[in-house]
Amino acid sequence: MKARIKFRKYGVMRFIGHLDVMRFFQKAMRRARIPIAFTEGYSPHMIMSFAQPLGVGVTSDGEYLDIELKEEIAANEAVIRLNEVMVEGIEVVNFVRIPDDKKSSGMTLVAAASYRVTLLESAKSAEITRELPDSWQSKIEAFQKQESIVVLKKTKRSEAEVDIKPMIYQMHKEANSIYLFLAAGSEQNLKPDLVMEAFTEFIGEKEESVPFHYHRLEVYARQSKESLDFVPLDQLKLP
Amino acid sequence: MRKLALNDEILLKIEKPARYIGNEVNSVMKDKDKINIRFAMCFPDVYEIGMSHLGIQILYDMFNRWEDVWCERVYSPWVDLDQIMREENIPLFALESQDPIREFDFLGITIQYEMCYTNILQILDLSKIPLSACERSDFDPIVIGGGPCTYNPEPLAEFFDLFYIGDGETVYDQLLDAYKENRRIGGTRQDFLKKAAEIEGIYVPGFYEVAYKEDGTIASFTPKNPHAKTTIQKQMEKNLTDTYYPKAPVVPFIKVTQDRIVLEIQRGCIRGCRFCQAGMLYRPTREREVEMLKQYAYEMLTNTGHEEISLSSLSSSDYSQLKELVTFLIEEFKDRGINISLPSLRIDAFSLDVMGKVQDIRKSSLTFAPEAGSQRMRDVINKGLTEDMILDGAGQAFEGGWNKVKLYFMLGLPTETQEDMKEIPRLADKIARRYYEIPKDKRNGKCQITTSTSFFIPKPFTPFQWAQMYNNDEYIARAAIVKHEFQEQLNRKSLKYHWHDAEVTVLEGVFARGDRKLSKVILEAYKLGCLYDSWTETFDNEKWMKAFENTGVDIGFYNLRQRDADEIFPWDFIDIGVTKEFLYQEWQRAQKGEITPNCRVNCSGCGAMKYKGGVCIESKN
Repeated sequence: MKARIKFRKYGVMRFIGHLDVMRFFQKAMRRARIPIAFTEGYSPHMIMSFAQPLGVGVTSDGEYLDIELKEEIAANEAVIRLNEVMVEGIEVVNFVRIPDDKKSSGMTLVAAASYRVTLLESAKSAEITRELPDSWQSKIEAFQKQESIVVLKKTKRSEAEVDIKPMIYQMHKEANSIYLFLAAGSEQNLKPDLVMEAFTEFIGEKEESVPFHYHRLEVYARQSKESLDFVPLDQLKLP
Repeated sequence: MRKLALNDEILLKIEKPARYIGNEVNSVMKDKDKINIRFAMCFPDVYEIGMSHLGIQILYDMFNRWEDVWCERVYSPWVDLDQIMREENIPLFALESQDPIREFDFLGITIQYEMCYTNILQILDLSKIPLSACERSDFDPIVIGGGPCTYNPEPLAEFFDLFYIGDGETVYDQLLDAYKENRRIGGTRQDFLKKAAEIEGIYVPGFYEVAYKEDGTIASFTPKNPHAKTTIQKQMEKNLTDTYYPKAPVVPFIKVTQDRIVLEIQRGCIRGCRFCQAGMLYRPTREREVEMLKQYAYEMLTNTGHEEISLSSLSSSDYSQLKELVTFLIEEFKDRGINISLPSLRIDAFSLDVMGKVQDIRKSSLTFAPEAGSQRMRDVINKGLTEDMILDGAGQAFEGGWNKVKLYFMLGLPTETQEDMKEIPRLADKIARRYYEIPKDKRNGKCQITTSTSFFIPKPFTPFQWAQMYNNDEYIARAAIVKHEFQEQLNRKSLKYHWHDAEVTVLEGVFARGDRKLSKVILEAYKLGCLYDSWTETFDNEKWMKAFENTGVDIGFYNLRQRDADEIFPWDFIDIGVTKEFLYQEWQRAQKGEITPNCRVNCSGCGAMKYKGGVCIESKN
């Protein structure tokens, strides 16, 4: 039997990288006595997978990991026990049962992610924000009206020019933030900083003069293959 | 939310920001308005090394159990951050509160190896604490040194206000009480140091005067302050069961060197190897009770969530309740996905059986540390290990399915001849031959015998403290003899050979048995840019040689002479229990190749009995 855990990552924990968050949760499972299942063999490891890695420096309200359980545990009890062993900056907010099959794993399902982007006074602090210029409203619209938005996407091995426009599902300004709704997952994946870099260039600003902070709000899946409805990973209806 | 000492821009630029943000599971936060003493505990190396050290974990736990003390941690900033802190004038801070070290009452530095000495100056410098103890004011923290290198603290004498000699569990409460009392009556820094000097085990280097003979050796070493003792008594925690030990050690976010529970099963060693400093310093050997260890293993695993537990001691096979403890650990934890690691085990039927249960035989290797290749040389160093024992152990292991063996040796031991050196490859070859005696269909392909040699460094408080060392070229020549002899061996294709760097050996040798005149060399090396000298990528021998040249200090004086029987050593003012007479007697027996039995076979009257503890009273209960 499998379960999906949703958690928040904030404060100083934004400096802890993805792999170390995984290590953190492995140890946390033991501390919280979650009856997690292990692989077989001489060096058994916990059966655990994260839906979508989060970059260092980014905070989040919607992080997900899936685990396999070897015995039943009540969802509310699991949340309480996990939160008893967390540190400041990580909070478990949900624990739901998910189907056992491979295609239901978070990693396979992820299709989109939403972000809130704030403009900072300086790159020195993610906490002190600056007002977005009013003019950005129309600039954001114009940015999206381009025929294509071609950026240089760098991976560890190569660089390639990619049109990211089809991967930007939504981009709008509201109050003092920019909200992004972007393709995510194994098929198509767009990081928010890539969008904002392209935008910065589009409006003719220098990267250093408009430092941003990125906050992931939620990670989504499609309810079904054909469906266009995006549903948060912990809200999928069980088949 | 906690405010960090470093801004986002810096943290996102440097390697592994997790080294500097604190917030780890089980790290201790206190309200600084409700405590009396702030203690910064430092390991002067990078976070991943420092966090792996058991001693600090024990003391961190002890201090923080005391309500009016808040102990925090600080490690050496890596070179990337070091540069930024200097450029931007950011003071060094503690991980928990993120407050500057200079605001603390104490800065305690554990000194585990000689090659961290320039890192100690980095810590002081970045904290904006004057490097020389005599230049510090009432606004600077009291800088304390502890750990194995403080058994000869003299090269560092200038930089420390005081040294704590021995087990940390015993007199810190007295020291902190003296500090509180001194503050209550409005005493100065000097007033506190006087009070501290009266506490057992506390050495205040500024209160002593050293006079030298014309040949550079010590003429006299005398207290110049009435509060200072002539002899400093090593501190020893007699009962290791009813004492401080952490039930909830700090769990780092990033992978550190010791990413596991460390269970110290005993302190000290009964063996009496003549090169081994720990074996003499921590006499008498004291065991922790097995029931305590079982309980701590359980609680530490629950509180940390670590996936591995490791036993720690100088020679685990000598722990009298080993079988019971190991059986318990395997039965209790193996099925819960907890790895069990058992270093420093002698290879015998029991250990092979246990290792077969806890590790994958095909992947793991067996380790032997014969330390010397010839039986003659092993008798000189009193390593109670014969060739038969090694071949027997290896044979049993091979028949059990192992095919990888690691061997550790030392070169440059006292009385070593070419023949002794050549015996190293020959022994490795004999082990390989033993492997190929097994019928082809019953063995697991080729065997792999990996031999490493390091160069012997005579340490204070060992029978070899009188011995001479050699220069760089001589060390390399000795390694070359060994390498050449490896090529002559029948099974050379199954044998691999590595040797350690000789440049670092020479420096370690100088500082291990050095005196106060070396403080200026360390300072000069630091000013020339030496830092992280224990890291091959940052070690710069040329700068060190320049530092010796600039200060006019001769390496040969420290390394290239055999010391006389009546020479006063810089560390003679420390009493570790084991007497200089015993050590000298052992030095003479060594030269005759006479072996001395271990503490459980026969008491050799080393002097440690004066502590009335551990193995010295075991049989007399």
